[in-house]
Amino acid sequence: MANRVFITGLGIASSIGISPDEVLSSLISGKSGIATLSLFDSVYKLEIPIAEVKYINQQLFDLIGVKSSPFHSRNTLLGLLAVKEAIKMAGFLDSDLSDFGLYSGTTSGGMDLSENFYRSFINNSKAGRLRDIIHHDCGDSTAVIAEELGIHGHVTTISTACSSAANAIMCGARLIKSGYIDRVIAGGVDALNQFTMNGFNSLMILDKQPCKPFDNNRNGLTLGEGAGFIILESERCINPTSNKILCELKGYGNACDAYHQTASSPDGKGAYLSMHKALENSGLDPSDITYINTHGTGTVNNDLSEGIAMERLFKKMPYYSSTKSYTGHTLGASGGIEAVISILSIINKKIFPGVQSTQQMNELKSSPVSKLIEDRNVNHILSNSFGFGGNNTSLVFSVC
Amino acid sequence: MQNLIYKLKQEIIEALNLEEMTVDEIETNAPLFMDGLGLDSIDALELTVLLEKEYGLKIHTAEEGKQILYSVRTMAEYITKNQKV
Amino acid sequence: MNKQLYITGICKISDNNISLNGKSVFSNPKQIPVNEFLKNGYRDFKTQYPKFFKMDSICKLGFLTVEILLGGNPSIKAYPSELVGVVLSNSSSSLNTDIDFYETIKDTENYFPSPAVFVYTLPNIIIGEICIRHKFKGENVFFVSEQFDPNILFNTIQNIFAFTNIQCVITGWVELLNTHYDSFLCTIERINNDEETVNNDIFDIENLSNIYLK
Repeated sequence: MANRVFITGLGIASSIGISPDEVLSSLISGKSGIATLSLFDSVYKLEIPIAEVKYINQQLFDLIGVKSSPFHSRNTLLGLLAVKEAIKMAGFLDSDLSDFGLYSGTTSGGMDLSENFYRSFINNSKAGRLRDIIHHDCGDSTAVIAEELGIHGHVTTISTACSSAANAIMCGARLIKSGYIDRVIAGGVDALNQFTMNGFNSLMILDKQPCKPFDNNRNGLTLGEGAGFIILESERCINPTSNKILCELKGYGNACDAYHQTASSPDGKGAYLSMHKALENSGLDPSDITYINTHGTGTVNNDLSEGIAMERLFKKMPYYSSTKSYTGHTLGASGGIEAVISILSIINKKIFPGVQSTQQMNELKSSPVSKLIEDRNVNHILSNSFGFGGNNTSLVFSVC
Repeated sequence: MQNLIYKLKQEIIEALNLEEMTVDEIETNAPLFMDGLGLDSIDALELTVLLEKEYGLKIHTAEEGKQILYSVRTMAEYITKNQKV
Repeated sequence: MNKQLYITGICKISDNNISLNGKSVFSNPKQIPVNEFLKNGYRDFKTQYPKFFKMDSICKLGFLTVEILLGGNPSIKAYPSELVGVVLSNSSSSLNTDIDFYETIKDTENYFPSPAVFVYTLPNIIIGEICIRHKFKGENVFFVSEQFDPNILFNTIQNIFAFTNIQCVITGWVELLNTHYDSFLCTIERINNDEETVNNDIFDIENLSNIYLK
């Protein structure tokens, strides 16, 4: 019999707050974190809105309480902040972590360090310190976080585009279920950088206004950054009645859309498959789901594909919305950030609306939630994260 | 115009990595994005970059792009009409 | 009927050589750039897939390894598409292509970010290309680790087989950075113990590790 997987801690850094309490407050007040770029210079500064974490690196060092170092990428800093929060909430000390696993999802790793180095280097090949960029690799922020916190159980990095953090959570859960490990810190982190901005702009999928997921007039996504991590514990080491438990990770599903490198299939097959698998894995019926935290990027393509898939799977549509209208699309971190938001929804009995979306899509029979719903038992949440390459993952979080 | 059409075909082959195609195999008037070359949305974006890089011409909307990038001929006509000297 | 997991096919590409199930099936007599080598391999195996040329080098590598792997075990294509998964790994993620993309944005005077290159700045696009070609819709995940980690692959795949209906997983390592390239992919299938397993290794951490190192 597979071990049940419980969640006992949350940690988050995003444009709407750098703690679960701050994020909850922003979600309740409908305050989006989308604003003008300030982290670095860009030709797109005044053209493209962005959802930054409102702290520069030096401030992050101070918040985390680690000595300032040029070798810590912004990824590492955001990740450390969120991981430490989650550990604290779950009641563990740093000295307890040696048998923990750490599974982190990311796409751009320490890209900011390389960009900083390159600005000096390109003008003068003797300028810039080469050692600044040894922390560029995707796996590096995971390794640095593990070392900083004394995590020695099992450490790995997952990089599957926008489903990276969701896959990291799924990976952690499955290794707990199979008895390989008992406690895991899982989630993801992605910091903003010019590489990402330029790349997404070249694909012409960035909205020049704050994104409007599932709106008939939506025009693209808004980039964001941040980190979201949760603590997963096996029922082998925690009593199901423990008051430390926030909720249960009831199930998960992953599938490949197998259609295009970056576009989703018109019939939403991959999305349908991952949601269907997650429900099956959880032992739940579609009618059991209270709310779907959609992938909902605001692109014409994703929202149509995901909307069609949802309406196919759910005879009666549950509540749904995209919280990317608050946080922006945090890429590799999105599955982790949205896991934290989903869990906040369950424990606070609230359903968060999308902001900025007002017009129902012509192709769909349903609309997303447009107003905060309070005092509502949120029993089961389905959280979607769909990545480039057709990598689609769905997670189910359930009340305990 | 014929020289431009030939040059465009060469540039398209290079920009889109159509390695097994020759210039003669690209029909001047045929739609670029149906069957034929099997080009997709990313190819359309690369052609947008090509127009800007080689000819200094910007495409501002998807609708505009659809018209201009319809065929090699429509691309050549657009360039001839609008290229800054 | 007792079903066990077996490694039913192995393909490796490195050092200008391609081997299938332990036997060399293509090689170049002298060192040539990896892109040229992979294109030669593609042509030698008469693969008919023009989109191959649009791929970046690491996708070409992963794609070609799978083409040859499945060529040696065509019965995999008979499985329903939702029951074949892909679990890959490497150490440099998509860094080789990230560098190429950076070339298109580094010069503010000659600034033309390439969308076609950007699309490949994610390691799981290797999986995407494989799945688009073969229509595989099963589970897919990409791990990044300093070295080949048979533990994470074994535990993940074992769990997938234990808790889903998956029939086959393609797994292994696809690494390419500058002039270094190294791919090792194998097919893992559920097979009856008493049938046709004589030549196949059982799927476990030790066998996976040994095959990679051979």
